[in-house]
This record gives sequence, structure tokens and C-alpha cells, in this order.
Amino acid sequence: MDVLVCVKRVPAVGSEILLTADATAIDTRHLGFTIGPHEECAVEEAVRIAERTGGSAGVLTVGPPEADEQLRYAMSMGADHAVRVDDPVADPDPETTAAAITAALRGLPPDVVLFGEASADAGHAQVGFRVACALRRPVVGGVKGIGLDGDRVTLRCDAPDGVEVHEAPLPAVAAVLEGLNLPRYPTIKGRLRAKKATVRVIAPDLSTGRLRTLRLRHRPEARAETVVLGRGAAAAPAVVDVLADLGMVR
Amino acid sequence: MVLTVIERNGDGTPTAESAEVLAAARDLAEQLGVPVAAVAVGDAGDLPDDLAKRGVAQLHLLQHALLADGSPSCTGEALSQLVAAQRPAAVLAPGTDRSTEAMAWAAAELGVPLATACTEIRPGIRPGEPWEVTRERSGGILLEDAVLDAPIRLATVRPGAPVPSETAAAHEVTVHVLVPDLDASVPRARLVDRRPRAAGMTLTTAPVVVAGGRGVGGADGDAVLEELAGLVGGAVGCSRVATNNGWRPHADQVGLTGTRISPDLYVACGISGATQHWVGCMNARSILAVNTDPEAPMVTRATWAVIGDVHEVLPAVIAELRRRSGR
Repeated sequence: MDVLVCVKRVPAVGSEILLTADATAIDTRHLGFTIGPHEECAVEEAVRIAERTGGSAGVLTVGPPEADEQLRYAMSMGADHAVRVDDPVADPDPETTAAAITAALRGLPPDVVLFGEASADAGHAQVGFRVACALRRPVVGGVKGIGLDGDRVTLRCDAPDGVEVHEAPLPAVAAVLEGLNLPRYPTIKGRLRAKKATVRVIAPDLSTGRLRTLRLRHRPEARAETVVLGRGAAAAPAVVDVLADLGMVR
Repeated sequence: MVLTVIERNGDGTPTAESAEVLAAARDLAEQLGVPVAAVAVGDAGDLPDDLAKRGVAQLHLLQHALLADGSPSCTGEALSQLVAAQRPAAVLAPGTDRSTEAMAWAAAELGVPLATACTEIRPGIRPGEPWEVTRERSGGILLEDAVLDAPIRLATVRPGAPVPSETAAAHEVTVHVLVPDLDASVPRARLVDRRPRAAGMTLTTAPVVVAGGRGVGGADGDAVLEELAGLVGGAVGCSRVATNNGWRPHADQVGLTGTRISPDLYVACGISGATQHWVGCMNARSILAVNTDPEAPMVTRATWAVIGDVHEVLPAVIAELRRRSGR
């Protein structure tokens, strides 16, 4: 079974996000980069499926050469090949990203294509469905469990009122959520292998989509000063006073 | 027209999120001087009467056997056919997972952009001018102003938009049925099983959530969280550090890639407050942070804080609670 995972290079933000002077992007001068938690689980799942079925686990991204770092991270987790669709824009719009992935997939026939439910930065939450539509493939989003059964795949999702199980013929597309599995940490051996691996680069003609970022802004935060109730165990009576005021002491 | 996608409850009425979108659609339609239309899957039921009070002039019903299980790709395909025929100025849908997926499919079919998680939609001043939207990024910690340049503007609305209390003057709602042409030969995912969730308190419904992070130190340290949550009638949550280390199941994770909660009180124990976690709890009415680091972002953003180790503070709080309530 051949599985391909689409990942995005995103800034690894801490507790405070700084913006560039023109406010069109996150200031990444002092930040590392990563792939989102949903995508990390997608890579883990692809590697497990490939191990179980004797197939391949590929990883694909759309972005500049720097994004090879994220492809190599996925390969250090066990992905066996990587493709980068060259795009000088670090955070392309979702129409462009979907068109780039669709173009790349026309030359690669994986049985299952996995996406994260939404990227950790822009969060457009639509690329997987756009790609599935363009390729006329079955697609399920919000996936928290994947089972393989011959030429079919079963996909378990959390619905607002319970759990749903969907079944789709292969080839299929799924957008997954963190919690699907517990991703492994790369081994030293995996890291060395990934360092030497080749990233295949393709450059299809891409036009720009029609959702364009003008500026980013911080959400206005209106919180009063923190009231420090005390230090250590001595603060307990003050904490219980607060709980009592909130009607939580029964 | 401004076309509004209606999600329905089990009894056929519009969901709370759909009511919010209808309010946003009415506001937008007023600015544009066009009528509000609605689209829903299934039979009319009481929907026309309900929608008349919300200022809707036309209701389009999508009816097809393949739409019965709520498949977003089938709904998206049907929606794209309605939009291609009606050419609305804009299509607004609730920002729920299902509607976002259906809108993504429809946008791909129509070859137009889609702005998701919008908090504001501003039409161009003159006809044909690009519109602007404000949307949430990174789970809402950042807002993005963006240009949406398309002949038909597709957008999903972030849940939580205000719904005006006054109702529109009631008038006739015309009902139109569209039986979409869904290609039976296209491979599709099929719903094969649906299991209801066991009843009980969840992270999203609990009035108090007591959550632990790195400062709890391991799976063995959780007993104090469970005990405190039990005493105040709350649920236990955790940060991504706890789930990544296997201390608690992912279902308990509060954060961008876990559950986003809005309890009356959030008790953050040994949680530093990285962005990924903060967006999950920032809608809590109040926050009590317990942390050894007085400069931790969770402490500086909390309503109340106790500076100290979780395993010193919580047992003392539990003892004091038991003393006062005589248990």
C-alpha cells in the first residue's frame, strides 16, 4: 500500500507571536520551523501502514527550498521518499497549494493521500478537499482512525454527537487529526538516513489564487492584571475563597 | 442574493451556528441591497416559517439519496450546481467542520477561492471591486485581513457571531427544490456506522476544567487533578506535553489541535501557556494558574495565580475544600 502525506513548513511559535514590520507575516527571524501536530500524526500513520503492508510512505510539500527541512524530518520518522513542489512563496494561498499538489499527484498514484485537518498557521482547512475534488477521489475529514481492508479503507471520525465510521474505495483521500496515533521521535539512524536522502523537486506552472493576505493583526486582549493569591500551600484558603465565590464549593 | 447554507438539527430546525450565519447574511445583504436566500438538504418541514422570521426570501432544498448521510463531498457538489445556476453575490456557511468541507468541495468545483473562519466580511464599495474579509488564523490568536477577489464570494463564518434578537418582518418564503445531478460513477466515501457518544460531562460542557501540563510531572501525578475536579464538579484536561508523553489520552487535550473550551473556570496546573494551548482555553470566563514560574504566560494572562508546585498547592486546596464542606 502506497501512502503519501502532504505537509506544510510552519513557524514553531512559542507563547508570543511577533509580526514583521509590514505585518504581512509572522516574524520568523528567531523561530524554528516545524510541521503541525495533525501532519505529524499523518506521517506516523503513513509509516505504520507502509511497515504493515510492505508499501511506501512518501511525503510532499509545496514551498521554497527551506521546506526540505520538514521533508527530511518526515523521512527521519520513516518516510521513504520526498517531493517538493517548488514555490517561492512560504505561505501560498489554498487554491495555489491545492493546484500544486494536484499537479504533483497526477504523476504519483498513491493508494491513500493524507492531509492534516488544517495547517497550524493559516488554517484554511480546505486543501485536502480541493485536491480530492480535482482528482475525483473519495475524501473524509476529521479522521481519528484508519483501517485497511483489501481495496477499501475505513475511516473513523468524531462527530458532534458521537463517532462515525466511513468506508471508501481506494484510492482515497483523508484529512486527519492529532490523536490518530502517538508519533514516534526520529532515531539517530533515521536522521542520518534522511540527511543523505534526495528530495525530488518539481516545478509545475502555478497561478496565484484570489485570496490574498493584506495584513495580520493580534486579537485584542482585554484581561485585567493577574491577582496573585499567594505562594505554595499557604495560598489554599484564598483559592477556596475564589472557588466559593464562583459557587463551586458544595 | 446572499445564499446561506443551513445546517439542521435532528428535528429539522436550523442549528445555532446556522442562525449566526443567517444574521451575518442579513447584514451583508442589506449592505448590498439584495435578498437573502437559504439552502438546506432534505424536506421543507417547518423551515420556511422559521426562515421567514429571519428575513429569508427564498429557500432552496437539495434532495438526493446520496445527500442523506451528510457527505460533505456530495453536499459540496450539489451546492456548486445550485450556485452555478443562481449566481449569488456571496455564499455564507457555518464554520463547522462539515460545512467547511462541503464549501471547500464546492469552491473547487466552481474554481473560486474560499475564505474560512471569517469574523467579518466587507463588500467592495463599487460593484466588481474585490471584497475584504477578516479571518482567524492559528486558532484565533491572530486575525488576518485578506482580499477575496472573485465573482462569487464563498466564506465560512466563525462560530460565535452575535445574533440580533429582533426578527424580520414576516413575509412569504418561496421554496424551490433542486435534485442535483450527482454522478453515480464517481467513487465516494459512505457512512457505514454511527455510534452515539456515552452521556456524561465532557471538556466542552464542564463548568470547571482542571488541567495539567509539564509541571504535573507524569501520569502518576494526575490523581490530585482528578480529586480536585471531582470536588468542584469539573472535568480533567491536559496540555499537549501530557498527551505527547502518553500521560493522558488525546481526548483530554485542551488546545489548537485538541479541544477548545469555554468553562466558567479553567484551572491550569503546571502549564506554561504556549500559543498552541492558549487558543484552547482563552475563551474561559476565568483562569486560575498554578505554576512555579511567576513569569509564565499562563500566569500573566490568568485571572488568579498561585506561585508554587502543583503537588504542594493542590493537596492543600483539596484539604481546605474538604474541611469547609465537611467531606
